[in-house]
Amino acid sequence: MSDTFDFDGRAVPFEPGQTVGAALIADGVRSWRTTRGRARPRGIFCGIGVCFDCLVTVDGAPNRRACLVPATTDLPVRSQEGTGHDDLDV
Amino acid sequence: MVRLMTVDRLPEVVVIGAGVVGAACAWYAARAGLRVTVVDRGPVAGGTTGAGEGNILVSDKPAGPELELARLSVRCWRDLADAVEGFEYDPKGGLVVAGSAAALDGLRATASGQRERGVTATEVRPDELHEHEPHLADDLAGGMYYPEDAQVQPAAAAARLLRDARAHGAAVRPNVEVTGVLRSRDGLAGVRTSAGDVPAGAVVNAAGTWGGEIAALAGVDVPVLPRRGFVLVTEPLPPGVVRHKVYAAEYVSDVASDDASLQSSPVIESTAAGPVLLGSSRERVGFNRTLSVPALRRIAAHAVRLFPVLAGADVLRAYRGFRPYCPDHLPVIGPDARCPGLYHACGHEGAGVGLAAATGHVVARALTGHPPGTDPTPFLPERFG
Ligand SMILES: Cc1cc2nc3c(=O)[nH]c(=O)nc-3n(C[C@H](O)[C@H](O)[C@H](O)COP(=O)(O)OP(=O)(O)OC[C@H]3O[C@@H](n4cnc5c(N)ncnc54)[C@H](O)[C@@H]3O)c2cc1C
Ligand code: FES
Repeated sequence: MSDTFDFDGRAVPFEPGQTVGAALIADGVRSWRTTRGRARPRGIFCGIGVCFDCLVTVDGAPNRRACLVPATTDLPVRSQEGTGHDDLDV
Repeated sequence: MVRLMTVDRLPEVVVIGAGVVGAACAWYAARAGLRVTVVDRGPVAGGTTGAGEGNILVSDKPAGPELELARLSVRCWRDLADAVEGFEYDPKGGLVVAGSAAALDGLRATASGQRERGVTATEVRPDELHEHEPHLADDLAGGMYYPEDAQVQPAAAAARLLRDARAHGAAVRPNVEVTGVLRSRDGLAGVRTSAGDVPAGAVVNAAGTWGGEIAALAGVDVPVLPRRGFVLVTEPLPPGVVRHKVYAAEYVSDVASDDASLQSSPVIESTAAGPVLLGSSRERVGFNRTLSVPALRRIAAHAVRLFPVLAGADVLRAYRGFRPYCPDHLPVIGPDARCPGLYHACGHEGAGVGLAAATGHVVARALTGHPPGTDPTPFLPERFG
């Protein structure tokens, strides 16, 4: 039984040391955010922390790079729309 | 056949530097009907233009020659944004805020001098600040709103102006370094480059922070030196978080300071793409590119002081650039009486983007023998003797 983390309300399995992005891809999830301008789907692109395409909300903090953040059981992951900062919009 | 004719026609003007200032000079000269060639030892906007921010400000300039140039430039940029699109021109207005009653007094004094010169400056009471900027700290003493302040994306502006200049017959040659000058009996007759000689009747020195080196090649003294500045780039934030160009009243005295050590005052603006740019720092450390943690820390702390909400924003990266400054903090613009055929357009320090449009206008007017739209005398290179 591998560990899991919560992704939008369901359990996604991961291996020790695996990143959130790698675990999502392995689970068949290919996109987990939408772009700011035209709400297009995005997931892993460079895979090495350079392109900022793979942004995701981890434990309430938006714009984490899924390809860098290690998966852990206690940090829930949420897909993200736009800047992920709707809370700041006025 | 056509290609030979256009490429092989000798330019009348060679512009050294494909930053925003060289691009504006090339644009105005090409639009005035001159045959222009632009050379740069690197790519377009590879110098300070690609390493700064893009504010076009009248607000930070007290009454004086630079304010007059800035007022002209605000009008020129508006025209450029109509004629050449695609560089994120945004007439967003500037808000200068004061943290203390003394700073507010300073702001009022500056504004009253500016108003006499025709600048619109509206005082904003502390309880009105949030109507302009909802996320601003709520313990500020007041502010001054300048509706004429605007913003562009400087690298895009340089690229678009050069593209349009090419459509009007200009040639743009990146990766060509100027290594010397060509002389005739009457003065300069072009430049020597890494790709061969480029004869031309007039040479425009738009080499920014390296303008002093070009002047030296021509045998004249133009003291342009680097003043380092860092910028922090946040993650993209919603458009309403920071609406105007916002900065602290202390910024104006920092800019005018002759102190070589680190100065820092908050300068904040959003960009069309979403990230918010946090400045500013000023240091005289030559061309030292080392990342300075104290400078970055001060910039971040100052930004959070003005916009507490930024404490929760991630910083994606930092970059630095070297502002081209002259000892008297004025740019060098116009024909060099010491060296006929040589024109300068450099040394704009932290205002080269804002002043680029007027600089291009003034240089093109000089090249074509017409009077410019402002008094060019304070900027002439002879002031260095
Ligand atoms: C952190 C920071 C923030 C800033 N913010 C603002 C702002 O908000 N508003 C504003 O107006 N200004 C700002 N500035 C200042 C502004 O960026 C500069 O004044 C402006 O970019 C100068 O433009 P330029 O075209 O003169 O120089 P550059 O862009 O440096 O262009 C000069 C070019 O000359 C070329 N060159 C040099 N030597 C040679 C040679 N021998 N042969 C061929 N080519 C050569 C270089 O490669 C370079 O591309 C800022 C600067 C910094 C560092
Ligand atoms: S995929 Fe490029 S930064 Fe994560």
